[in-house]
Amino acid sequence: MASLFAMKRKGATELKTSVMKRHLSDSFKSLRRNGWMTVAAVSAVTVTLLLVGIVLAMIFNVNRVSQQVENDVQVRVAVNRNVSQAKKDTLQKQLKSLPDVTQVKYRSRSQELNGIISGYGKQWQMFRGDDNPLNDVFLVKTSSAHATMSVAKHAEKLANVSEASYGGKTARKLFRYVNTLRNWGLAFTIMLLLVAVFLISNTIRITILSRSAEIGVMRLVGATNWYIRWPFLLEGAWTGLLGAVVPVVVVDLGYNFVYHSMNMAQVGNGYSLYPQLPFLFWMDVLLAGIGVVIGAVGAVVSMRRFLKV
Amino acid sequence: MISMENVSKQYENGVTGIADVNLTIKQGEFVYVVGPSGAGKSTFIKMLYHQLTPTTGDIKFNDYDYATMKNKDIPYLRREMGVVFQDFKLLPRLTVFENVAYAMQVVEKEDAEIHDRVLEVLKEVGLEHKIRRFPSELSGGEQQRVAIARAIANKPSVLIADEPTGNLDPDTSDGIMDILEAVNRQNTTIIMATHNRDVVDSRPHRVLEVASGQFVRDEEEGSYGVED
Repeated sequence: MASLFAMKRKGATELKTSVMKRHLSDSFKSLRRNGWMTVAAVSAVTVTLLLVGIVLAMIFNVNRVSQQVENDVQVRVAVNRNVSQAKKDTLQKQLKSLPDVTQVKYRSRSQELNGIISGYGKQWQMFRGDDNPLNDVFLVKTSSAHATMSVAKHAEKLANVSEASYGGKTARKLFRYVNTLRNWGLAFTIMLLLVAVFLISNTIRITILSRSAEIGVMRLVGATNWYIRWPFLLEGAWTGLLGAVVPVVVVDLGYNFVYHSMNMAQVGNGYSLYPQLPFLFWMDVLLAGIGVVIGAVGAVVSMRRFLKV
Repeated sequence: MISMENVSKQYENGVTGIADVNLTIKQGEFVYVVGPSGAGKSTFIKMLYHQLTPTTGDIKFNDYDYATMKNKDIPYLRREMGVVFQDFKLLPRLTVFENVAYAMQVVEKEDAEIHDRVLEVLKEVGLEHKIRRFPSELSGGEQQRVAIARAIANKPSVLIADEPTGNLDPDTSDGIMDILEAVNRQNTTIIMATHNRDVVDSRPHRVLEVASGQFVRDEEEGSYGVED
């Protein structure tokens, strides 16, 4: 008998194409029939997704830049003046063998000066040659920003080192800001999404109320809860998808604009935003996906009361 | 096919719906449930189609044991029952054809099968010429016939009718009773709660009489008996 039940249920719950077609056309009909309510729900999703899109694009790029900064953090080990090449080679080997060190690069003092000249102007050319007050340096990269401090401390104790400085403190401050920004951004996003689910479920609740007699009859003649849910769930999903259209367009256009103006300013710094493609493609997919999910969830949430036995 | 053992229903406000019911109804029987308003007829009917659950006792219907079955099986239980109400419960924005087809769509039948079966049952209730009308364009008797057509569309083994003639004049009620008896002749069990003395007395079947939540009489070929 148990297998008889199982068979019966299986036959009935398999989603047939004809049934799905019926649900689809029902959901479209319902969108049309609800007219202004649909417009209201779609607008709610639009506003939410617009804010979510902007916040997410910001969070993703702040993350990217902070990662680039993190990769850039290094220890500058200045070498005493007039040290022989052999001693410099030894020092380089010693630096390489320190824990957490991933790369050691040598820059002579004239290379250092060239960097200053290209960055700050030609007046620095007067320090060329023997007037150059700079030291030769080793640029030491570490596996993480946190390791710069200990590497600098170790490096300072080595022979022929005049000074070891690290950008760790500033970097850590930056990471703290980035973390705060990311957490608040995410909290803000989640709050917005909850508000959207609430708005959608309220809108759909009104359309459900107007069809409660129909739901009563459906249950009476033996419709499963999922059969009753489908049209409403689809209606919610369409609402979410329609609500994503404007945010997708605005985020795409806005990001293009920001990308061009920001990247101009950042050229040469080594920092850059995500290139428009594939970033915007994935943002669009994400926004549409979020729209569909909050729409569907909103619908299912508002149906719960009507499906109690 | 239906059995009740020591079934009682007490509402949350302390009111007793029915108390300590024991009975068996066999496949193909025609049973009237009679008694004054508030006696417990509706409670009994609602428990049959699992709208209400008994406070104590157990109901069994075909392979279903109400005490142990899960909520998600209730839709499948209801597919083996047809239910008809005093107020018809038709969907006003659907035509006659669509109202009947609806019951079959809900249980996910194929379109071709739905089409044939709907025409067949509408013919059985004598409404094959009004398939494109809306409920508001029909008389009360015609609406009730649509409701019966919808209830039998999925070939249930039992048809439960709660005051099906309650809103209808005697002639129209007679027509409805003709249909219910015709359905019964096809071996579908009929359980009908009614107030209608004329109907019960003129078409004798088994009578269950309820008074103050108790089943006080169970009589084959009985009459209405009690005074309202």
